[in-house]
Amino acid sequence: MLRIIGGKVYDPANNINGVIKDICIANGKIVADVDAGRTIDATGRIVFPGGVDIHTHVAGAALNFARAMTPENQRTAAKFMHTADTRAGIGGPTPTTFATGYLYAGMGYTTVVEAAVPILSAKHTHEELRDTPIVDKACMLLMANNEIVMDLLEAGDFERAKQVVAWLIWAAKVYGVKAVNPGGVTAWKWGKDAKQLHEPVYGYNKITPAQIIGGLANIVDQLGLPHPVHLHCNNLGAPGNVATTLETMKVLEGNRAHMAHLQFHAYGGDDWHTMRSEATQIADYFNKHKNLTADAGAVLFGNAVTITADGPWQHLLYQLTGRKWGNLDVENETGCGIVPYTYKGSNLVNAVQWAVGLELLLLIDDPWRIFLTTDHPNGACFWRYPEIIHLLMNAEVRKERVKKLPAKALSRIVLGDLDRQYSLYEIAIITSAGPARALGMPNKGHLGVGADADVVIFNENPDGEMMFRYPRYVIKAGEIVVEEGDIKNPHDGREFIVKPTYDEKIEDYLKPVFQSQYTMSFENYPVELERAHHAEVRPV
Amino acid sequence: MITLTLKQQPTVPLEAENICPDVVAGLTHDAVRALPVYHGKRQCRLDEFFDVGQAFQPDGQAGKPNLRTDEATELEIHGDCSRVKWIGRGMTRGRIKVVGNAGMHLGSGMTGGVIEVTGNASDWVGAEMKDGLIRIHGNAGGQVGAAYRGSLAGMAGGTILIGGNAGLEVGMRMKRGIIAVGGVVRDFAGLQMKGGTLVLLGGAEIRTGAWMFRGTIVSLKPIKLLPTFSYSCEYEPSFLRIYAKHLRTLGVTIPIDGGMYQRFTGDTSLPGKGEILVWQAQS
Repeated sequence: MLRIIGGKVYDPANNINGVIKDICIANGKIVADVDAGRTIDATGRIVFPGGVDIHTHVAGAALNFARAMTPENQRTAAKFMHTADTRAGIGGPTPTTFATGYLYAGMGYTTVVEAAVPILSAKHTHEELRDTPIVDKACMLLMANNEIVMDLLEAGDFERAKQVVAWLIWAAKVYGVKAVNPGGVTAWKWGKDAKQLHEPVYGYNKITPAQIIGGLANIVDQLGLPHPVHLHCNNLGAPGNVATTLETMKVLEGNRAHMAHLQFHAYGGDDWHTMRSEATQIADYFNKHKNLTADAGAVLFGNAVTITADGPWQHLLYQLTGRKWGNLDVENETGCGIVPYTYKGSNLVNAVQWAVGLELLLLIDDPWRIFLTTDHPNGACFWRYPEIIHLLMNAEVRKERVKKLPAKALSRIVLGDLDRQYSLYEIAIITSAGPARALGMPNKGHLGVGADADVVIFNENPDGEMMFRYPRYVIKAGEIVVEEGDIKNPHDGREFIVKPTYDEKIEDYLKPVFQSQYTMSFENYPVELERAHHAEVRPV
Repeated sequence: MITLTLKQQPTVPLEAENICPDVVAGLTHDAVRALPVYHGKRQCRLDEFFDVGQAFQPDGQAGKPNLRTDEATELEIHGDCSRVKWIGRGMTRGRIKVVGNAGMHLGSGMTGGVIEVTGNASDWVGAEMKDGLIRIHGNAGGQVGAAYRGSLAGMAGGTILIGGNAGLEVGMRMKRGIIAVGGVVRDFAGLQMKGGTLVLLGGAEIRTGAWMFRGTIVSLKPIKLLPTFSYSCEYEPSFLRIYAKHLRTLGVTIPIDGGMYQRFTGDTSLPGKGEILVWQAQS
């Protein structure tokens, strides 16, 4: 049992804005009162619900490939020495599993969503998540280039497609459905991409990316999954892709959807020389359409490693940089590309990208629908979130940084004109309450009675970066895991899994298709529930 | 000056990045003896493997227990240290003299100072160094001045002089600086070179300059070139006069008069803008 007294509490989900009140914890939950146990005096400090990262890449085959591909990053990465409480590891752009847990918890984040899991390598992902301590985890399943699902959608057999998707979700033991460059990754297997939403996918007769997006959004909504379709649009990163993004949003009318790393999808211009920010256009549309949520996918200058299922884009990025390129083919399901990348403040394109991420966070007026992410490790490492928070909270600092951008970039962005400053209340929304609500996790992101006891205590500091980088206390599931800045007694987190209802007979259809197309046997395909550590299954 | 004498040959390589002027500067004799070194996974004291001599004052008298910083920036190491790794890692100043052999990663990432080895050195001499001078009187291993695996660039400045032969991938991905090798270098000298100068006084084995992007390789002996290098001209490069003058002060002589250099450009498979200059004495 634990009582936190005297702290200024920010709990947006319960409309508590900087009120001094006690928080009581028993059995891993927030309770109304406790009569014994330890008391933490948080007088003069700030109390937040634990952070929720709605979109990150922290485990699985692709990330492991990236770790292996970038020994130069590992050499200079922060070292985590073995102690009585913690395992050894390294930080850097692609931290090792244990270090990932310590880094997230050390920053006050207690729930993370691994946003790209192919079914075929889901076992590996669950194994790595098992070794990612402290934080609770959930996975998004890559679905928009699954050829079995695409064949069914093309044949107009929506009902069976829905059954297959439901079966696959349970087979992979995941929480939601992710769509990456719908149709584009399938086309990539022919060396092509899917740049037009309403043209048939290469290799198919009829089905278009728009139909895949609409179909999946419908399936997810009809299945009643807690989180809507998690969408990485077509034409990521390309100048002028704002048209595709807006068109995609129109396709999604009538469905819920989460637009992942929106920053990478809000560019105007015709080529790299004329690329400009279209954050205003995206934000205008987005503000009017309440069926959508988004995460920023903001970029910070420095070293990054880009990892995505978007194979064709990664090949283009490789040609642009001339650096290393990794490409993975995941049979009939998806692909994957890896390219190390350095965002430079002196580079026009990178400067525009940096601005777009912040512009979206500032121009989208409802903080309950836009969340803080960097699409780790694509835009920047997750442990750099406090730098973004500082920029959001302080218009002066932001404007000083804008002045240092290349002169050419200034006419292509609107960031310099934005005066909005985030309050602590709003920061608590975009880092915790908002993403928890969008994920449909009723026990996360708030401090009301019955919520999971994930609580963070910060020292109040006008320098938002210092404040959010070094929380004084982090309490996860009622246990103190960070005390005065030090990790102690790290325990294992849980994994959230949904179990949609489906007709068992769908296996009669799937099995023969599977046996003729896949390299593994049907029986070995699904992930056993035991493989997901501390699984918490939610039937829907 | 502090003298270290190897008294026990390590059974597995000893990781001794603390044998570095920056580390020992200002330490007491006891503190130097207690510096940690890694023998495999085991952390040991420096004096388990080395006799640590007392520092000497400039007048030759045995020093006081507390060394002064400027005295401690010189180290002399005696013995066959071919199993002692990382000597002078990241050093910024001072001087190390190894009387004998040195192990892998000698002077890796150094940014200043001088290292001299009277015997042979192993692989990765001066890898990713930024400035300073390394002089090996004997042979060196592979990857001299190279980029570590995965890094974009190798040495970014400074000078490495090798009296004898050198191994594979000498100057791999080097960006700036000079490497001069007295003997023969093995395959892939100047692999993926991005800049800087590689002087081969004794010629090279095969695939010299493969994938080189920029930079200059000077060979005083005829060498076998890749088919992706094309002949451009025969000339007397004026910049080499300046280089020759500079190298002469370091004891390396490259000819300027009495012949011409044949210039080959490549590696055109990239396409690179590097050059290989091959000396042609006048017959």
